[in-house]
Amino acid sequence: MSSNLPTPELPRLRLGYIPLTDAAPLVVALENGHFARYGLDVSLSRQPSWATLRDKLSVGHLDGAHLLAPMALACSLGVEGVPQRLVTALSLGLGGNAITVADNLYRDMQAAADGQPVTAQALASVIARRRAAGADPLTFATVYPTSNHTYLLRYWLAAAGIDPDRDLRLIVVPPPQMVQRLKQGDIYGYCVGEPWNTLAVHEGVGCIVAAGHDVWNNAPEKVLAVGAAWAQRYPATHLALIGAIVEAARWLDERPEHRLQAAQLLAGETYLNLPVEVIAASLTGHLRLDPRGAQRELADFHVFYRYAANFPWRSHALWMLQQMVRWGQLPADADLLAAAHAVYRPDIYRLAAARLGAALPAADMKAEGGHRGAWKLGEGSATVTLGPDRFIDGAVFDPADIGAKLAY
Amino acid sequence: MNAAPLRVMLVDDDLERRALVAGALHGAGLAVVAELGTADGLLRAVAGCTPDVVIIDLESPDRDILENMRCLSRDNPHPVVMFATSSDSDAIREAIEAGVSAYVVDGLSPGRVRSVVEVAVARFRQYASLQRELAEARTSLAQRKLIDRAKGILMERGRRSESEAYHALRKLAMDQNKTIADIAQGVIDTAELFK
Repeated sequence: MSSNLPTPELPRLRLGYIPLTDAAPLVVALENGHFARYGLDVSLSRQPSWATLRDKLSVGHLDGAHLLAPMALACSLGVEGVPQRLVTALSLGLGGNAITVADNLYRDMQAAADGQPVTAQALASVIARRRAAGADPLTFATVYPTSNHTYLLRYWLAAAGIDPDRDLRLIVVPPPQMVQRLKQGDIYGYCVGEPWNTLAVHEGVGCIVAAGHDVWNNAPEKVLAVGAAWAQRYPATHLALIGAIVEAARWLDERPEHRLQAAQLLAGETYLNLPVEVIAASLTGHLRLDPRGAQRELADFHVFYRYAANFPWRSHALWMLQQMVRWGQLPADADLLAAAHAVYRPDIYRLAAARLGAALPAADMKAEGGHRGAWKLGEGSATVTLGPDRFIDGAVFDPADIGAKLAY
Repeated sequence: MNAAPLRVMLVDDDLERRALVAGALHGAGLAVVAELGTADGLLRAVAGCTPDVVIIDLESPDRDILENMRCLSRDNPHPVVMFATSSDSDAIREAIEAGVSAYVVDGLSPGRVRSVVEVAVARFRQYASLQRELAEARTSLAQRKLIDRAKGILMERGRRSESEAYHALRKLAMDQNKTIADIAQGVIDTAELFK
């Protein structure tokens, strides 16, 4: 397959990533030789913060990055301070996040739920009780202002009638500091990518109350972001990168034992430097929910390849942009469609995927939210199988009427 | 009327560099209101000291905490809102290359902020070049010792003069496209085998 590709203009590349389980496709592409098979000599560079990743990408210290999908959009819109044009032609996967609360808050939520499942409604009851008693609002954390962690947490709260700005205090905490801050009582809960939820359970300080999957089934998460100018200058390198990572993603979803092997790779000192079992829990879909041993099977917790997971849907971009408007990060009159078109490049993805036999949807957008189970999109040879895409409140997001939907 | 000195907060885990930058800022007539490291309660410190500018090591994980303060303006009367002066992309590039990032209160005059960032960038660079020189001095001392030992072996066993021994090492290094220190290490290792 790789022999059909033009020679990469830039054989030596530096890609930045943040220590998270969903960096797996990059780590596998390197460790299992997918990059090398595409003629690429890639080094992976672990970064301390999303802001640092963004800044190094902007000055060319990095060629590409494992980036929060909304951040790629926000950079191009100038929401990130320094405007810089990024593009993505590859989604690195679906899902991978969860919402965790401190064990003591979980017990209060359990009491409020009175035998029913512990949901955001239980949190709403706890918040109401605290307010009546004159207590300070609880502090929750996400990993970055323009992140799906922010939007999923806010969506989960709002769907239960909690106003994330009035009823809670939301701050940002770097993922590796989350568990420590929860232990210290600085924060009562957070939404973060794995393994930083499982680690709280493992250390006996937190309980997973929802997977990102419960808020939005198979929600988009990280993308491979590169500079718009870089993509123009090095098209063959870009295609080779995409090809190698899609192959790694396919390997990750091919067999359950590959997920365990990936956990072993990620556990290494250079990557996450954590016990294998902490990383394997979400990768294999066997979640541990609380320190008392409650478990949950969720095979779709991380999706790296199936359900056309690598396709950069412009409808995903529009949903994220709509959340930015909803929460006041973007003005209501921002041109969302133009931003989604400029940053999300399914056309480039298709060039790479056609050579790989990977999923090749004919459309760039789809309505989100209408499917409880796997479903088929397209006709004939262009048929692709997609995953469930339900939102927690049953809403349907139709990009066709984005104008109307934005009238919040 | 002179404006009050800008209030600067420094966030850097490297204590030596932090002291260097703080000293230079003091010298430039600025008020360094807080110096802290990663995870030292940045939010509380910002709320308590109300800095006009935060200078933070590019490699600090706490940067994302500051990024979020762009969104917290309702709760915080003195928010840190912008990454450097967003119109000045060359200055930003220079700062990033030096390893400095800066967050400033909205509405400050760009000229006043630029001088703070310039002082920090200059000191970060100075510190980096000191570190580099130190590292180079250490390696070259170590390499000189290796080469001296290898020369000694060649002089003793090969009955060569010191300059012949050195030329033999240099020729081999050029032929094999290696450094003289590498070749010297090889000679020492080989000699160990014959001990």
